[in-house]
Formats: sequence, structure tokens, C-alpha cells
Amino acid sequence: MRVDGYGQIDRDREIGFSFDGAWLKGHPGDTLASALMANGVRLLGRSFKYHRPRGVLTAGSEEPNALVTIGRGAGQTPNVRATVQELYEGLEARPQNALPALRHDLLAVNDLFAPFFGAGFYYKTFMWPRAFWERVYEPVIRRAAGLGALSGTADSARNERAWAHCDLLVIGSGPAGLMAALTAGRAGADVILAEEGSRAGGRLLAEAEEVGGMPALRWIGSVLEELWSLPNVRIMERTSVTGAYDQGTWGALERVALDRRDPGLRPLECFWRIVAKRAVLATGALERPIAFRDNDRPGILMAGAARAYLHRWGTVPGRRVAVFGNNDDAHRTARDLAAAGVSVTAVIDSRKGVDLKGDFPVFAGATVTGTAGRHGLRSITVDEGGKRHRIETDALAVSGGWNPSVHLACHMGARPVWREEIAGFVPPEDSVPGLIPCGAANGVFSTAACLADGHRAAALALEALGKPALKPELPDASDDPYRIGALYHVPDKGRAWLDFQNDVTVKDVKLAAQENFRSVEHMKRYTTQGMATDQGKSSNVAALAVLAEATGRTIPETGTTTFRPPYVPVSVAAMGAGARGKGFAPERFTTSHAASVERGAPMIEAGLWYRPSCFPRPGETTWRQSCDREVRMVREAVGICDVSTLGKIDIQGPDAAAFLDFVYTNSFSTLREGRVRYGLMLREDGFVMDDGTTARLGPSHYLMTTTTAAAGPVMAHLDFVLQALRPDWDVRIASVTEQWAQFAIAGPAARRLVNAVLDEAIDDAGFPFMACGAVSVLGQPARLFRISFSGEHAYELAVPARFGDALYRLLVSQAEALGGGAYGLEALNVLRIEKGHITHAEIHGRTTAFDIGMERMVSAKKDCIGKSAAARPGLTDPDRERMVGLRPVGAVKQLTAGAHLFAEGAEITPGNDQGYITSVAYSPTLGSYLALGFLKRGPERIGERVRMVDRMRDVEALCEVTAPCAFDPEGERLRG
Amino acid sequence: MRLTCPHCGVRDAREFTYRGHAIALDRPAPDAGESAWDDYLHNRENPAGWTEDLWYHTPCRTWLVAERNTVTHAIRATRAASERPS
Repeated sequence: MRVDGYGQIDRDREIGFSFDGAWLKGHPGDTLASALMANGVRLLGRSFKYHRPRGVLTAGSEEPNALVTIGRGAGQTPNVRATVQELYEGLEARPQNALPALRHDLLAVNDLFAPFFGAGFYYKTFMWPRAFWERVYEPVIRRAAGLGALSGTADSARNERAWAHCDLLVIGSGPAGLMAALTAGRAGADVILAEEGSRAGGRLLAEAEEVGGMPALRWIGSVLEELWSLPNVRIMERTSVTGAYDQGTWGALERVALDRRDPGLRPLECFWRIVAKRAVLATGALERPIAFRDNDRPGILMAGAARAYLHRWGTVPGRRVAVFGNNDDAHRTARDLAAAGVSVTAVIDSRKGVDLKGDFPVFAGATVTGTAGRHGLRSITVDEGGKRHRIETDALAVSGGWNPSVHLACHMGARPVWREEIAGFVPPEDSVPGLIPCGAANGVFSTAACLADGHRAAALALEALGKPALKPELPDASDDPYRIGALYHVPDKGRAWLDFQNDVTVKDVKLAAQENFRSVEHMKRYTTQGMATDQGKSSNVAALAVLAEATGRTIPETGTTTFRPPYVPVSVAAMGAGARGKGFAPERFTTSHAASVERGAPMIEAGLWYRPSCFPRPGETTWRQSCDREVRMVREAVGICDVSTLGKIDIQGPDAAAFLDFVYTNSFSTLREGRVRYGLMLREDGFVMDDGTTARLGPSHYLMTTTTAAAGPVMAHLDFVLQALRPDWDVRIASVTEQWAQFAIAGPAARRLVNAVLDEAIDDAGFPFMACGAVSVLGQPARLFRISFSGEHAYELAVPARFGDALYRLLVSQAEALGGGAYGLEALNVLRIEKGHITHAEIHGRTTAFDIGMERMVSAKKDCIGKSAAARPGLTDPDRERMVGLRPVGAVKQLTAGAHLFAEGAEITPGNDQGYITSVAYSPTLGSYLALGFLKRGPERIGERVRMVDRMRDVEALCEVTAPCAFDPEGERLRG
Repeated sequence: MRLTCPHCGVRDAREFTYRGHAIALDRPAPDAGESAWDDYLHNRENPAGWTEDLWYHTPCRTWLVAERNTVTHAIRATRAASERPS
């Protein structure tokens, strides 16, 4: 119901919106909650557990009840707080957790069974049978108990992340925050003023007060005008500071375009990381309810919220309003409502001898003991020293006192301090480095005191920043004292709600204490108190007061639960903005990418790289057909494969040879110029880190290759060795992975093909196995390496990356003319398994040089990284699982990677485990499955039979243990 | 969290990779014996307070030592790993 002459809304313009299917009107400046109140809508939703009818409780982000779903389709947003959502033309809001309809919710029967649904009900009831929990109980409970739902379709809305830096972050723009921002702004500090609401002013927007001899609104306007004029001050409205982090970093969520139907080019929300040298906590205070019987009916709201709705939005919760409180602040609600012409049906104050005069009945030393009204409040029952009164009323405004908003101050582990005279917790000293609490957040409640405290806080911050504050000009303001007589709940046999959102009652907390969940953290988890989306902002203090009472302790002895970010719900879409699809993981493409895609190759991820798995030809319907053909092609003719993803590290300097000797197990100082050597690299703990070939291009110039996966880690490792262990060595290293495109040319026809593209032909004498050197391709300088991963006569030809695409296309077409062609990763893998070559499937971080049969590669003549640790008895124990080849010899011909190995006839138990398989391929060359794996005492058992067991895929096979290399063990095909 | 790279200045923690205690700088001699190598490789203090650890600034490839408080997360100083404290 609107009240004429009140509110800061634009009454000249109307906004159409819908709630629960009904079209309603509001005004610019309204929130959804204020517009619904103005339209007389009191029932907004159903509670989580009992499906009790619920209405608006608060006027801010702490709202536990008024949660709605906004929008439809992919953009549907559940659990929007109606008290925060600004009204816009065409806004469509729907209630949640009601089946089938808000007024006729079938699951309201839960309320009748409430005696059974107390704290711990689920723990005690749904224990047996065990398997029922996942399949029956949980789905049913989840459907019945709940909040809004997501649409289930991908949300295309845009969000952003952003960073900001400042000298001083002022959190909150009430009288304390405005004064702090003004003080710091005038002193020339870079200031960010963050305000959670849609406009600055804080509590002053919700009261009828004068500041500096003018109405508070005008004073706010003049301060904002000055702040906007200062280039060093940035005002961020609709921005909730959500968390305090290390080194003065703050998380903040800005609602950029949630106040409009069409965001246009704007993001919906922006998640900020604000780095501030100092911060002022001016977050104000939140009013807490008093628990009494049936205190959750629509129409019962906070006394401070009632004033906010009146002064800011010109609306009241009913024609007749009663007020129930334990402090003087509640009286303001009665006075303000009466002045606005609302019928104040009663003021009930729990304190005796309260002095309050007004045109309404006052019950001092009295409490509200009951309420009536199915879908909204109709009457209340008042107990005045044993005398009962029934009072007809549409609404009840409740105040149990104010809790300073200490949350952010406690995000880094500090515990708040109890102050008896205000019956509330305040931030401790030095709670968060650089944070200065002030105003109501600091337990300072009158407007005049808040203005002074805001100035004090800013002056302290400025002193630390070395920018002295100017002399204060504190405007006059009201300095009414805040008097309170603590009352958290009205003792009664009925149900009195503490946590409205999770349906936690006084009884539940007492039950927790009775069942020995006496610690506040245990009580919280047993009852779910404070665990809903509102995180118990309005209910936690009263709940722990009830727990204190039930366990015979004081409130400070009982303590608080842990405060954790975020202060308000933050959508994952905002926090993770930009990290979706391609923004989540960058894509690295080789120079042959386009050519591979043109040939229809399925591209697979290899880290961030994309590589072709195979090149299907007409008639090939499975990858295996393509792969088998490509393997035969390499073995019989010639194949081309892009190997540019392997890491390439250029190493130069007088100490380059010594450096390589130190990082590789084997020696590279003895490598001749123009030659390549295979190298093995250990971690300092003795396990294998990586392998690859390194070429000596000049006297003090080497080119190292790493595996694709280890390119980054090896680079960091080399940097570590050079900078941290051998800073005196004169060596420079640089990654040139992206600068060179490199292609393997493998097969009996490899030299024919190479000579077809080189400007000067090579022969075996001039370019034997493991030779390397500079060559020229079509007039361009290139590098040629005669190395082989496939076991065939093979080369790798490298050109500057800009020629990669052209060279790849040329090589493939030449190869095709010779009966060969491109081959992909699958064929590459088969070829290397046939040869028993390792990859990171084998050097997976738990294998040593000894395990892979390369112990002789650890040079005895020099020190190297990992040598000392690798020599330890445990790493050279013959009983270790060591690398072997495996071949099926029984009825089952299939082998599977990941399967475990057992002695033939042994029982399949973990204790009998003899090893495992790391790589498997079907070899078209040998017409059999082949595997590489690790077997206890493997090399000693060649020729033995072992049983392979794969419980995941349900495969068992009898295998023969072989040497790792199954094809051309003498390496004859490499030469010649 | 932010760290000061000796080359690039104050940078966000996302640009750094953590490696562990700065004891990794003091590699024992090859013949230092098992216990020296055990201490170097595996045995670590778990201090509540100041410690020194190694970070890698990925964009500029600088290894640095940070003096960091494990209780307050404060960073007191950073230096390049190639510079040994005198």
C-alpha cells in the first residue's frame, strides 16, 4: 500500500511487471519487494522444509524469505532476492518451492508432520537400507526441499571480471562511509566508495533525519556532488564487497545490468578484485528478529525495514501495523508510521517502564506470544505480565536490536568481540590488515557519532598513507542514544523461527544442545542454522544466544561460527567470467593444422595443442582401419608427421656443454658437432623427468628437444638449474618451440623424399643415422636431423614456422606420390610401441632409469641432477617393477592399458599384484596386440607367462613376457 | 596475493608457480651422504611463521625467493634466486 508524500520513487512514471502470472504496476526506484508490497502482495514464497507461507522480512541483501525466479529460458535466474532486485519494465518474477501453486502448495503437509521433522531428522530416519539413500531418499527430499532451479540450458549472458587499485576502499556509503570517502577524497587519496544498494546513502535513505541542517537526502546529494567532482574518487553503486583476502585484496560483485530487461552491450554482472592499501569498513548493521511463536507469517517484518519501505519507497506493509521490540530504535518505527497516517495497533516493548508517548497503545514489559492468519498476518497475541490481549493487525514490525555487520572483518580468521551494552558483536582490533571499522559496523549507532567515526577512520587511513586529513567539518545530526534490553526469543511451547530460510526453530537449537551438539559449529551443522543462501545474516546471533542459554554459558563463551566469503551470493558466471569455451583453455595450433583439418583428420587435444589422430581415407570407417594403413605406410613407404609440438630449447654459451652434462644423465660434452644424441633427464629425487634428443649445432650451441607434455616443466627446470644452482655458468637458454615447424619423414623411402625437397641431395655417408646439420629447402635455410621414433630410416626437417604450412603440404603430396602420406598420433603411438620406445605413459613420475632399463645411461664419470638419489638401494632394487613387453598367447587376444599383472595361477588379490600395463597397441606389422608394462623383476622373466586382469573392462588374457622392443630389435632399418 | 618479481615488479599470484622451500638452492655435494641428501630432498620444517620459498615468474622465467609468513600470508621480501644472500 502506497503512502502519499513519501518515498524516493518516480511516481510520474509507471512500470509494468508480473509476479506469479499477475500483471502489476510499480514505479522507477522500486525494488521488486517494494512494488509487491505497494500492490498488497504479501505471500511471496514457501519455506525450504515445511513449505510455510512466507513474505518479505527485510529491505536488503540479507533477505531470507523473498526469493523468486526471474526470467525464462536460458536466462532464467533462480533465488533472486526481491529486496535487491530493481524493478524494470517487463520484469517477470515467479515464486519458488511451491507445488503446484503458491497459495495451494501440496507439500505444505510437511508442516503438519513438523513434530517429526526436527533437527537431525534426516540423520536419524533415512539410515536404512543404506542403498536407499542415493536412489530413493535423496531424490525425494531434494524435490520437496528446495530453492529455485536453473533452466538446464547453457546461459549465453555476458559477464565480466575486472581489477581495480586504490589507496582507500570505503565499504558502504551510509553516514560513516560518506564521511570517510569525503575526508579521504579531499585529502587527495585515490578512493573507491563501494555501495551495495542502487544508490549511495545507506541507512540515511531509510530514515527521516536532518544532517547539517538539511534533510538527509539533500545532504547526501551535496556530498555525492562533491565526490563525483573529485577525479581521485570513484563511486561504485550496486557493488557488494564480498570478501577480504591477502594483501589488501577485496572481492566485489557489481550488478551492472540486472536492473534492466535488455543489457545491450553491458555485462550482467562484473566480479571485481580491488587492491587497496587501506580499507574502511562502513557496512552498517543488520537488524535481528525476535523469535516467538509463529513469527514467520507474511506481514511480519523487521522494524527498520518497515521504515525503509515507508521513507524510501513510500509503501507500508498494511493499514494496521503493530510494533514489537526490545530497544528504542523500534519506537521510531511506531512514530514514523503514525506520522504517515498508518494505524499503529500496538507497540509492545519487552522492557518494563519504557517511556513512550504516542497515539497508540503501548504495552511495556510485554511480549508477542502468538500470531494468526493462514496466508498473511491477521492478528497477534500479546502477553502483558500474564494478561493476554488479542490484537487485530495486518503487519507486525519486529526489532531485536542491531548486529554490526562484522563479516568482512572476520574473513581472515579473526573472531568478533561481544559488547554487552549493545548486545552485539563488533570487529576485533587488527582483524584484517589495513582495515579500519567505523560507524554502525563498529557498534556506533547515532548518525552524529557515525559521521565522526567515519572521519576518524579515514584520518587514520590517511595517516598511514602519508596524506594528512584536513580539519573535519562534521555536520550536525541526531545523536539519540541506542538503548536495548536483550531479548532473543519469547519462551513458548510452540515453534518460534530463528533461521527463516532453513526452517530452524528455537526448539531445534535446544534439541541440538540436548543431544550434546553444544559447540556452536556442531549446532550449526546439526540444525543447518545459518547454512542457507542468506548465511544466517539476521538469525545467527539469536541462535547462538539460544544455544548459550540452553548450555548455561554466556554468549561470548559460546562464540560464533566462522565467517567465510562471499558476503552475498556470487554467481559462478560472474566469478568465472571469460573462462568459458575457448576462454577456459587457450588452443595451440601447429602450422599444419589447417592442412590436417582439410584432410578430414579428427583433431585431438595434447595439452593445449591440437594434433591429428589419423587421416581417414575413403572406405575407412573406423580409426583403426586408418591407423593400421598409416603404420603399414610408414613401414613400407614413407609417412609425414608434424612433430612441432615437441619442446625445442636453444642452448648457447661457453658453459653449454657442462650445463647439458649436468641436467642429462649421459654426456653431451663428448657429442660431436653435427651429431644428435638421445638424452635422459632425471628429477633430483632420482625419478625420470623427461627424455629427448639434443643436437650439437656448433661448438657452444645445442638444440634440446623435450616431449610435448614436458616442454614447459623442462624449461622451468632448466631455468632453475641455471639461476638457482649454477648462476655462475655462462649459458643462455630460450624456448624456440613456436619458432620452428618440424616434420618427421619416416619410412624406407624417406631419403628419396628428403632429397626431392632439399636443394642439395644428401647420402648415407654425409648424413648417417644421428647426424644433423643446416640444409636448404627451396632456397630457404632449414635444419635436418636424422633421428627416428618409428624405428624406420627417418629424418626430421625443421623450417622457420612461417614456412611450415607450405612445407607440410609439399611433403605430404610428395609422400603420396611415393605410396605414402600423412600419419597421425595413433599410428605414431603404434610405431613406437612396436619399437618399445617410452613416452610419459611409461615415465609417469614413479619410474627410475633402472625401471626402464636405462641404468647404464647414468654416467659414472660425472655428477648430474638426480644421480645421488637414483643410486639409493630402494631405487635400484631388482624386485622393482621394471619395463617389459607383453604379447597375448592365450585364447583372449586383446590387451588393455591399465590392466594389472599376476603370476599364472595366482589368486587375484592386491597382495599378488606383480605389475601393470602402461601402453597397448594393435600392431598391424606383427598381427598381434602388443603392450608395454612394468613387472616385478621384469627383465629376468622374459619368456615367462603372466596373467593380465582388467577388472574395469572385464578382460583377462594370458601373456608372454618379452623384451620391450618387438620389431627390428637390432635397429637395421634405421641405417643404410 | 601479489609477489614482487625482481625484473617485473609487483605482479599477481596467477603469474607465478610455487616450488617449495628455498632449501632447494643448497644442493649438497654428490658425496655428501644419504642424510644430507634426505634433508635436501625430503625433510622439511613446517613452520608457523616466517619461511622462505621458491616461486617461478612464468612470463619472464625468473626464479625468486620469497620470505613469506605462513600464518599471516604476509610477504616480507623477495629476491632473485640467482642472488645469494651475503
